[in-house]
Amino acid sequence: MDHIMNAIIITALWGVIMMFGGVFFKKSTTPKFWAIAGIIIVLLANLFEFFGHPFFNVDTKGMLKFDSFGLHFNTIAFICTLLFFLLNGKDFEKIGMHVSEYFALMFFVLCGLSILSSFNTLLLLFLGIEILSIPLYILTGSDKRNLKGNEAALKYLLMGAFSTGILLMGIALIYGGNTLGSFYIDAINLGTGNLPVLIAGGLVLILVGISFKVSAAPFHFWAPDVYDGAPAVVSSFMMTIVKIAAFVAFFRLFQTSFGAMQHQWQMLIVVITAATLLIGNITAVFQKSVKRMLAYSSISHAGFMMFTLFALNDTAKEGLLLYAAAYSIATIGIFAVIIKMSDYSIEGFNGLGKKQPLLALTAVIFLLSLTGIPLTAGFTAKFYVLMAAVKDGHQLWLVVLAVICAAIGAVYYFKVIQAIYFKDPVPGVNDEINVSSSFKFLLVVTAALIILLGFLPGLLIDWIYY
Amino acid sequence: MLGTYYTFPELLIWIPFITGLIAIFIKNEKSVKMFALLSSIATLVVSVISLCYTDVAAHPEFFYYNNVSYVWMPYIGSSFSVGLDGMGFLLTFLTAFSYPLIFAATYKSEYKNANAFFALMLLTQAGIMGVFVATDALLFYFFWELALIPIYFLCSRWGGEKRIAATFKFFVYTFLGSLLMLVGIIFVYVHTAPVTPDSAHSFSINAFYNAALSSGQQDWLFWLFFIAFAVKIPIFPFHTWQPDVYEQSNYPSVMVLSGLMVKMGAFGVIRWILPIFPAAVAKYEHLVMALCIIGLIYASCIALYQNDLKRFVAWSSIAHLGLMSAAIFAANELSLQGVMLEMLNHGINILALWIVVDIIEKKTGVRKISQLSGLAGKSPALAIFLVIIAFANIALPLSNSFVSEFLMLNGLFDFNIWFAVFGTIGIILSAVYMLSMVQRTFFGKANVVAEQAKKMSAGQGIVLFALVVAILFLGIYPEPVIHLTQSTVTDILSKMSLK
Repeated sequence: MDHIMNAIIITALWGVIMMFGGVFFKKSTTPKFWAIAGIIIVLLANLFEFFGHPFFNVDTKGMLKFDSFGLHFNTIAFICTLLFFLLNGKDFEKIGMHVSEYFALMFFVLCGLSILSSFNTLLLLFLGIEILSIPLYILTGSDKRNLKGNEAALKYLLMGAFSTGILLMGIALIYGGNTLGSFYIDAINLGTGNLPVLIAGGLVLILVGISFKVSAAPFHFWAPDVYDGAPAVVSSFMMTIVKIAAFVAFFRLFQTSFGAMQHQWQMLIVVITAATLLIGNITAVFQKSVKRMLAYSSISHAGFMMFTLFALNDTAKEGLLLYAAAYSIATIGIFAVIIKMSDYSIEGFNGLGKKQPLLALTAVIFLLSLTGIPLTAGFTAKFYVLMAAVKDGHQLWLVVLAVICAAIGAVYYFKVIQAIYFKDPVPGVNDEINVSSSFKFLLVVTAALIILLGFLPGLLIDWIYY
Repeated sequence: MLGTYYTFPELLIWIPFITGLIAIFIKNEKSVKMFALLSSIATLVVSVISLCYTDVAAHPEFFYYNNVSYVWMPYIGSSFSVGLDGMGFLLTFLTAFSYPLIFAATYKSEYKNANAFFALMLLTQAGIMGVFVATDALLFYFFWELALIPIYFLCSRWGGEKRIAATFKFFVYTFLGSLLMLVGIIFVYVHTAPVTPDSAHSFSINAFYNAALSSGQQDWLFWLFFIAFAVKIPIFPFHTWQPDVYEQSNYPSVMVLSGLMVKMGAFGVIRWILPIFPAAVAKYEHLVMALCIIGLIYASCIALYQNDLKRFVAWSSIAHLGLMSAAIFAANELSLQGVMLEMLNHGINILALWIVVDIIEKKTGVRKISQLSGLAGKSPALAIFLVIIAFANIALPLSNSFVSEFLMLNGLFDFNIWFAVFGTIGIILSAVYMLSMVQRTFFGKANVVAEQAKKMSAGQGIVLFALVVAILFLGIYPEPVIHLTQSTVTDILSKMSLK
């Protein structure tokens, strides 16, 4: 195909529109509607492209490659973003005055995301990661008066810059060691026997660099502080859409470039996966704040998504998309509920079932999905990634470890469920939760999506083979 | 629709499922109670019709091979397939039979948010039914978990003070067990041959039975499945959740947990372990049976010293199930036939026992054995019922358990005499603790608590009467049940020997 992914152009353009629009928007609610309109246009453009009718064509000389996997992933990411804007659009006003600019930055992030799902050279991988990350550094610190937010932003910037450096070094080594002398990821000469030293070194550095981005242990240290320190709206976005974008890039690169030599580096993934699962889950059990608990749980979900890199087969491909959707929708949903509260501690959830029955019910569905209970999307997603790993046939103990970790996961998710339904409200904590009926309706739609994907995952997966 | 064989297993799931969803919206406590009772009676009617409609001996080929199947997830070879074999008929009947009795016996109990309570009860029933009729491994797993979630909410929301922690322990145990089973299911699935051209493997039960598994693979797969079922049954040493949960939960949930969900574990072993991993069963049966027998003796000894009636019933249940699980792993025709009967009998007996305990607690306000004495003088009818139920629990001749425990001990004897010896010791111990409980609570001098006791309600009397009739009927004429489950037993045994 010779046409450029339309989403890349439109997101970039819309980001600029939102940025300059900030000068003209009089009311603080206007940017929200512009953003929603923008994401719908992006989504439509993406769908038209998916079905073979792109709005415009640009020759990219093969530097970007558009396959149904990438386009399909984009659709998922944009739908999640749409849900996110619809649910949380109002809450951007809580961060500060420059609502329009926050939305603009998010569109730039989406531009980076579109590049990451379609890159075909290492340079564009690097560009995509940078375009994705730089707006996030700003967004993390967007609440200027919040000390924690400032700390988080600085930490994220330093860590992010550091990991990008490592990634770049890896790319340089791969380029240097590649006898074909090209940046194209499908043209890396791996040799036949053991990997050449330069390539192996580059591979490890790239692995480390991207592991930073997906917050896989032992490169996860920034994640809890950043997710906890950033404004809740931004962390919701970062933990879901941004993280899955990094994973898709990870998967794309390793499948295309290094898939043939999988057995030589699989052990690295095994170690990272085991460490991520254990650290994420065990630490999450001891958290008092739900927001911080979700930050650790996002590390543990990264561990589950690492399974797709471990297996690298077709089931893994399906599993990655399914996991991306299931995890993102559930996390966006639970964050939408959290954002409406003033106290993020687990006690803050006490008696929510009595105060806000509908919010409580949907929150429980999201938590059940994150736990991986059947009839929710979370189960089918976990099922697919585990199936991918079992099909691979190696290191089955890792799968057993994963399900033990999933059971540990039940401990901390169910703490919140217990607070919601079985405990009495603490007076003075989260007494006033004001939600509009449209918000409630959207929450129900989100929960319905979770359940729908829970028993009909084919609705999502089949499109890969379109 | 109704009247063809194929619709029954579906109806058994959908009636409780749909009425359960409807029940959430009935805010009035009285109407929701009546609605739940009617729904459970409807399920019972379907179950009874299904029993009348199917001549097991005439159509043995109905089992497994002729089940209803809808396309569900063709791309991974899973379908919504349900079907009933003899064991399925038996256990769905037990479930359908228990539910109206549970609702009727606890009709006077009051609950906060009654609509949620009854909705969850009915959803649990749907999940349990699903487990018994599923003939697709993934579907089985779905229902297995779906039964767990509502019962978790039931036990956590309504019950004693420490219920939240106790139920949560139960939940984490079972959840971990079922996740391990999920890994096992996926692994077996990857080694199955395709049934449809859409997918490279299949989740259907026949594909699982024909899966090519080396004995080395069976060795560890066995444990993945076994832990899930052992937690549910529960087999020593996986039983630690049980006494706490039984003590802390409300009566209807406990009746479901101990009468029906326990059978899910036994059913799982018979359907999903014995025919699929026969080599591993042969290797580990001695170890597992030793655990079961240890559990039997150990739980019986503890039951002797229990003061709380609920904990007493809990431990006595662990003891009975120890014998039953040992008989399952003995895996010969006599023992398995005994297990089939015992699954029904244990369901009936323990339900009756719980109802008596519930009545005692409602009447007197206490359930400590040491505080009760001489209840018989105040309520002779209840005393007669309890004595018959106690006799059934210690497997006296003419009571239902006599037949089943006799068959099981016979099977154990064929397998290994020592297991039979210790099994018999367990039965003797059960006589000791049962009779001493009856004696201490019902006979002797009436104390202040007994003097103030209230009368038993008519509904409870009818329910107990029905159960006692069932106990005596099955004790005298167990033939219909044996006839029903005969084909399952031979089928399982032939599958075990084929591999």
